[in-house]
Amino acid sequence: MRVLAPERRVDFAAIRKDFPIFQQKAHGKPLIYLDSTATTQKPVAVIEALAHYYRTYNANIHRGVYAIAEEATARYEEVRGKVARILHARSPHEIVFTRGTTESVNLVSNAWGRKNVGPGDVIVLTEMEHHSNLVPWQILAQERGAAIRYIPFDATGKLDLSGLDRLLEGPVKIVALTHMSNVLGTVNPVAEIARRAHARGALVLVDAAQSLPHLGVDVQQLDCDFLAFSAHKMLGPTGTGALYGKREHLESMPPFLGGGEMIREVKLEGSTWNEVPWKFEAGTMNIADTIAFGTAIDYIEKIGFDVIAEHSRELAAETMRALGGIPGVTIYGPPAAERGGIVAFTLDDIHAHDVATVLDHEGVAVRAGHHCAMPLHAKLGVAATTRVSFYVYNLPSDIEVLVEGVRKAKQVFHR
Amino acid sequence: MSLDDFYRQTILDHYQNPRNWGTLEKPDITAQDANPLCGDEIRIDLKIKDDKVEAVRFSGKGCSISRAAASMLTEAIEGKTLDEVKLINRDDVLDMLGIELGPVRLKCALLALKTLKVGVYGVQQNWPGEED
Repeated sequence: MRVLAPERRVDFAAIRKDFPIFQQKAHGKPLIYLDSTATTQKPVAVIEALAHYYRTYNANIHRGVYAIAEEATARYEEVRGKVARILHARSPHEIVFTRGTTESVNLVSNAWGRKNVGPGDVIVLTEMEHHSNLVPWQILAQERGAAIRYIPFDATGKLDLSGLDRLLEGPVKIVALTHMSNVLGTVNPVAEIARRAHARGALVLVDAAQSLPHLGVDVQQLDCDFLAFSAHKMLGPTGTGALYGKREHLESMPPFLGGGEMIREVKLEGSTWNEVPWKFEAGTMNIADTIAFGTAIDYIEKIGFDVIAEHSRELAAETMRALGGIPGVTIYGPPAAERGGIVAFTLDDIHAHDVATVLDHEGVAVRAGHHCAMPLHAKLGVAATTRVSFYVYNLPSDIEVLVEGVRKAKQVFHR
Repeated sequence: MSLDDFYRQTILDHYQNPRNWGTLEKPDITAQDANPLCGDEIRIDLKIKDDKVEAVRFSGKGCSISRAAASMLTEAIEGKTLDEVKLINRDDVLDMLGIELGPVRLKCALLALKTLKVGVYGVQQNWPGEED
């Protein structure tokens, strides 16, 4: 494990104080939030950026020529530049704002998919996809008469690439996969898969909903064609996120939604489209939340993606050690060194909902269920798991409370 | 509500020793449903004689709340007429459980009732669907 230089050490207890929600209590106990994979909490700076926009320069963008409209437009476009920079995109023109990961994938499956996927073509996914990177492709495949193949994962929760060449045979048009599993925490070798997919002429879409917040991503290093993520999983507000697309693909794609702003010229006989990325931003976008997302990016960059990755990995490793010591606990997925800050487990035959309810009474918020990954749970042979996940405001002391709660769940159901 | 109140002894008892657990051979009515939130599944079989529930069995997988609610519900409908079964509503199930539930766990508690209603009304094809 890499040791950070002393000047990079971060006081995570001080960071926690930036998040007003931790002044709340749950069932009379301090709130321990271990569900950042679902959505992260928001620092006060992000909450204030939202209010500041509405109080001082709320106006529609790209339209008004008055002062506050100019300011709103400038701030909104500034965030596009920030997103391009953290992703290492070649240009802000490669960043399309959307409602989040799900809409980003649907944008590609509709706009690119309808044009490029036909009867008999093949879409390759993995068995560990979140429904957001699975269902849009099933809809497309059904509509276009295409087939879907799945890259399997093995007993350690890692993708089994031994049959990849066979899966990539034939008219494979796109490989769409998650960079980091939202259940197993597995970090997938996207760059290698992209290289092999490109060699067969297929494009690659990456679901970075978990990897961008937890690891940071570099689209040049991954060499993916599309990448989707959500702001709310990285300290930003809900309802905004983005699609990265290589400019040549975005240029050649028809629009997704039609309406205002996405056009160049509209006549009753027909219309022409705005240039990218605005061709894909129809109607009034989520201006306030996108601008506040820019503040979230600033906050994350001040800490550093590498520091965050190290922190959540250490917490996951400690959780695996501590939970692993409780008889009856089964942890799913790869060893700590090969995963991000996510740990999913089961406790004997006690249902995940019941584990989560006991933990809730200890003030601990965890996710219980199939986490929008039903095929993955079917393969694991369980209906539901309990999942804990970490972010910048979590501390090792959270794990102690978690472990006590899990022991308590055992007592409640085995008495 | 404290944890001990939530997991009352009766709930744990019905969870650990579910009544009417299993399936029936050649049931007159069988209904299945699942909770898309957590992947829980339930199947309820009914044997009807003289318009009354002569026998009932349930099976599937679920949390303590969904299993206890199903177990209590099957006890409540034994010997009842189909019209009486139709009158059972969500408040009756919540009374049986005797706890307060948020909107998410409410779905666990009502899965069995929803499934039962689909089965019972399915006979006449006119279930109003009020449990949703």
